[in-house]
Amino acid sequence: MTAALVIRGGRVVDPSQELDGPADLLIEDGAVTACGPGLRTPEGAEEVDASGQVVTPGLIDMHVHLREPGQEYKETIESGTLAAAAGGFVAVACMPNTEPVNDDPSVTEFILRQAERAGWARVYPISAVSRGLEGRELTEFGAQRRAGAVAVSDDGRPVWNAALMRQALRYARHFDLPVIQHAEELQLSGDGVMHEGAFSTRLGVEGIPGAADDVMVGRDLMLAADTGGRYHLAHMSTVRSLALVRSAKADGCRVTAEVSAHHLLLCDEDVFDSGLDPDFKMHPPLRSASDRDALVSGIADGSIDAIASDHAPHHPDEKELDFVAAPNGVVGLETTLSLCLDRLVGPGVIELARLVELLSVAPARILGIPGGSLAPGSPGDVTLIDLDREVAVDPAAFHSKSRNTPFAGWKLRGAPAGTIVGGRVIELP
Amino acid sequence: MSDLVWQRGDLLGVAELSTAEIIHILDTAESFVEVAARPIKKVPTLRGKTVINLFFEPSTRTSSSFEIAEKRLSADNINFGASSSSLSKGETLLDTARNLEAMAPDLVVIRHAHPRVPHALAARLAAGVINAGDGAHEHPTQALLDAFTIRRHKGRVDGLKVAIVGDVAHSRVVRSNVLCLTRLGANVTVAGPRTMMPEEPEALGATVAYSLDEATRGADVIMMLRVQLERQARASFPSEREYFDFFGLTAERLKGASDDVIIMHPGPMNRGIEIASEVADGPWSVILEQVANGVAVRMAVLYLLAGARSGEETL
Repeated sequence: MTAALVIRGGRVVDPSQELDGPADLLIEDGAVTACGPGLRTPEGAEEVDASGQVVTPGLIDMHVHLREPGQEYKETIESGTLAAAAGGFVAVACMPNTEPVNDDPSVTEFILRQAERAGWARVYPISAVSRGLEGRELTEFGAQRRAGAVAVSDDGRPVWNAALMRQALRYARHFDLPVIQHAEELQLSGDGVMHEGAFSTRLGVEGIPGAADDVMVGRDLMLAADTGGRYHLAHMSTVRSLALVRSAKADGCRVTAEVSAHHLLLCDEDVFDSGLDPDFKMHPPLRSASDRDALVSGIADGSIDAIASDHAPHHPDEKELDFVAAPNGVVGLETTLSLCLDRLVGPGVIELARLVELLSVAPARILGIPGGSLAPGSPGDVTLIDLDREVAVDPAAFHSKSRNTPFAGWKLRGAPAGTIVGGRVIELP
Repeated sequence: MSDLVWQRGDLLGVAELSTAEIIHILDTAESFVEVAARPIKKVPTLRGKTVINLFFEPSTRTSSSFEIAEKRLSADNINFGASSSSLSKGETLLDTARNLEAMAPDLVVIRHAHPRVPHALAARLAAGVINAGDGAHEHPTQALLDAFTIRRHKGRVDGLKVAIVGDVAHSRVVRSNVLCLTRLGANVTVAGPRTMMPEEPEALGATVAYSLDEATRGADVIMMLRVQLERQARASFPSEREYFDFFGLTAERLKGASDDVIIMHPGPMNRGIEIASEVADGPWSVILEQVANGVAVRMAVLYLLAGARSGEETL
């Protein structure tokens, strides 16, 4: 007997099939087998009533830090994937800056085992580009791919070494792996802790110029053009980086880019207004209002491919240091969807279908993983969304172990209503 | 004396002060100047009050000035230096605050290398907090003593042309002084080499110039900032010789300034780098008066904050 699930009565929004309308969805043995109005329920099938809800291909967060192994006091694969499920994500891709670094297939295998055990969401490990994230020697891309890694990145740090970046882009072509870059020229970011501009000037805070990102993006795009490698820019933050990516795309480079919800919705003035609250500190920093506005236009016009949370949990004690001393990063798995629905889809900046592209279709395509579609044959991964539900961001209620969000107290309209992974309805505890 | 009733329990920055509050502090400081001339330089105002001086960053001049001000007001004071302090790097702000609170101080004077640490601690402490310098952000008592010194010499601040010259990007003295002096009606110009200017310097609220002559033309007050020599390593300036050549204040370069210009410096001075000895020691210089006035202004601040804390203002 086959395990079957019918999701009935929802509005299916699937940009991969240019579909937006009332339809039922049938999932059998973990894969979508039918999608259309008035589907018959097979005998013994489970039913989910999705009336009043939006049914989309499962959302994929292609940039998270799960902290395990090594920093389980911040987050574990269990707590991070639970946060993902609570936030409407069926899958996450996790960065390799753990302890030990994921620069070896044994770490990739460990992550996959822990994810399997937890069962809240799919986890796609990202391998380090370089051993120990040191930017000197390549990791075994082939062995990592075979173990289950879907991309390579030294995120948290840039691949600072131009020669190594060139080799990584060339070598990754054998395995069709994207090279995901945290673009930062360290000589330019220096001791900076916030965007360099009028507000860092008023606060007397060491600034990080936008050029710190742009110089590295420019270098990398030259190398991508030179090698034909697949380059993915993580957490784009500036108007000039956007212009560089646009131009490289127009030149036919294999370049994609993601942006975080916080870079779309906040800017350096918010850091100032917070009184240097460490929950507004991350890397790259919140940029100027004009950078922020440019990024929003970039997701609307397709120059930016994906939205990712850059979920970076830190223990409350670590964020109880002053702004300069506190670590970089904010959590985002449990806020990204509602923020995007309320601030981008609600006011009509982008259509709902475009948001599904940014959060599901594009991440699946960039990482080369199943999903991002509800066409028959696709995995039975679904996100249910309630566009009318109003929520207030309450860090104390997060499923993540960490609480470091700049959005505490924000009232948002639109929220996840459930996830289904491989035809299995995820029941939150 | 203004008729303002002082209510503020912390002095975190000039940014938080109203013009009336600034004037009230300066007026109050006037009455403390003469204490230094007494044979017994002590008043009983803060008897029984405990003041903790918490200097996370080394400081001789500001910490001594506060200490003398506290002693002249008869407060019980104790100093925690960066090296002797058990309150060290890596401790959470809440733990720092709790440890201080356990000693039941009335006022805590804080110097820290990072911006807004005094503000963060003030939010977590029952005691009053005085910011004695937070990174390159604010140094409110320095700005107040500078305004006090200018007012004593010129009889007013309103309408004066003030030039502040040097490493504007990394100076807390600049930020507090621009806020304080513009609030009192001065026209302030900041100047320095472009490598020592912050991004978007106009955001400070002053006119911006990139040459010493342009900044000092017609100036009633010239304030020279200390060049931090370690900045040379970070390519902020190529050599001391070249800095002095373009941004060092000499008697010759004072010719464009107002005839009765006064010269200020927050100290410690680098003679022959930002200022020539002939200027530092010349008739225009009020640099040592700044030091003396610093004690009176800090006494005024301690007195006002302690009064606000105990709900009375008794001199």
